[in-house]
Amino acid sequence: MSPDEPGIVVVGASLAGLRGAEALRRGGYAGPLTLVGDEPHAPYDRPPLSKHVLAGELRPDATALPHLADLDATWRLGQPAVGLDRSARVLRLADGVELRYEKLLIATGAQARPWPVTDGSGPLPSGIHTLRSRDDAAALRIALAAGPKRVLIVGGGLIGCEAASCCRDLGLAVTLADPNPTPLARILGSLIGSVIVSCMNTAGVDFRPGTHVEAFEADASGRVCRARLKDGAAIETDCVIVALGATRDTSWLAEAGLNADAGGLTCDSACRALDSEGRPAPGLYAAGDVARCPSPFYGGRLVAFEHWGNAVAQAGHAARNMLANDDDQRAYRHLPSFWSSQFGINIKGVGLADGADAVAVVQGSRASRRFLAVYGREGRAIAAISFDQARWLPAYAERIEAGAAFPPILGATDQSIKDFGAPDFPEPRSR
Amino acid sequence: MTEPRKEPGAGPLRVVVDLNRCQGYAQCCYAAPEHFELRGHEVLFYDPTPPAGKQAEIARAVQACPVRAISFDMGSVS
Repeated sequence: MSPDEPGIVVVGASLAGLRGAEALRRGGYAGPLTLVGDEPHAPYDRPPLSKHVLAGELRPDATALPHLADLDATWRLGQPAVGLDRSARVLRLADGVELRYEKLLIATGAQARPWPVTDGSGPLPSGIHTLRSRDDAAALRIALAAGPKRVLIVGGGLIGCEAASCCRDLGLAVTLADPNPTPLARILGSLIGSVIVSCMNTAGVDFRPGTHVEAFEADASGRVCRARLKDGAAIETDCVIVALGATRDTSWLAEAGLNADAGGLTCDSACRALDSEGRPAPGLYAAGDVARCPSPFYGGRLVAFEHWGNAVAQAGHAARNMLANDDDQRAYRHLPSFWSSQFGINIKGVGLADGADAVAVVQGSRASRRFLAVYGREGRAIAAISFDQARWLPAYAERIEAGAAFPPILGATDQSIKDFGAPDFPEPRSR
Repeated sequence: MTEPRKEPGAGPLRVVVDLNRCQGYAQCCYAAPEHFELRGHEVLFYDPTPPAGKQAEIARAVQACPVRAISFDMGSVS
């Protein structure tokens, strides 16, 4: 690399970083390209970690991502970024290396939200896991293979539910504790979440709704033996999975004068990072889980999606804008989509369901665990979810993108609208 | 600093399926049955690291997918 040509640096070497770097090369960028990653591993795929890796069907290191373009890049793996000097255009790494850049693609992603340790509560017992990285999955796999007496999962989001499903596949006793009436309540509402409750009942997961875990107790060896609940009760457990979502990895940007916090790095619609005054910071773009961008389908609401498809699409979009002139910065228009597999069911969703005031099951039925449900807000379709009914989803995604009336498709063969009512979302979090 | 593998074909292939795109048509399961498996109605399980010798089979699976959801490389890295 010529010292007078700093080139493009991509911070974050996971899915968004890799696909962003590829998009830069595919877009014709021929200058120096550096990828920085905090983990020592080459870019890997996360979705299998909470499924096949936990189940022992795939080794943790089997999830390396294919490279879809010739990168000709310099890799700096195992070196987290620790600081950014925007005026000098220098990125600082943990080992003291300073990388000059002309443009920077920020794709540092997110990390598992750890169990909150409060002053005076002492060190956390051993045997308490989170599940986000390849190393997390490897450690948890070893713990599950050792045959714990009861796994306690704290949090009934997608990761918690997938982990519960795996634990049952492994024949392990498992309790899932969640403050809401059903799992997936925040993303899908409890009307649809109740289907997961019935799956859990069939599979033998001990689901505890309305349950707040307050603290963990350790045995003499320092290993977790019990979770204490807010209502005074306790759950005996020797292996805990804390599945409380993720926080965005922006601590390295604390002094950079950007609008960044644990909820993400705020960007404009063109994926340009905004400074603390709300202006696009020259040469700075963001993509993937860390990027908090206005969503055109939800009234410009700022959202940082933690979705595989968003990481790919947004990284490609940011790369495109990085190579375009200032007067040709295009807005990112992406309808969020995700998938999950648990309890043998393929769950897929499009759009953001939270904020819906109505939901209707429009194909199949909840009782059969095979259905498509669509969500509406103020008379418009805003999201759809399928349980083993994926082929209907693209048609609904199109209608949602177009802002169609709710429900958007009527009179389809085999269609009988059921469960038309309130989606039953929990109150917003107070903390 | 860690350099990923450089030599083409030195290790297994690397496969990823865009499971947002996947519609469970299961054509990959016919093209490369050892490496793609449909479970239940539409959960696709696939082998992300097939041996290098299976390249032709994986390429057939890629070509058979009606929604173009499968990508792979030769395990080489730039």
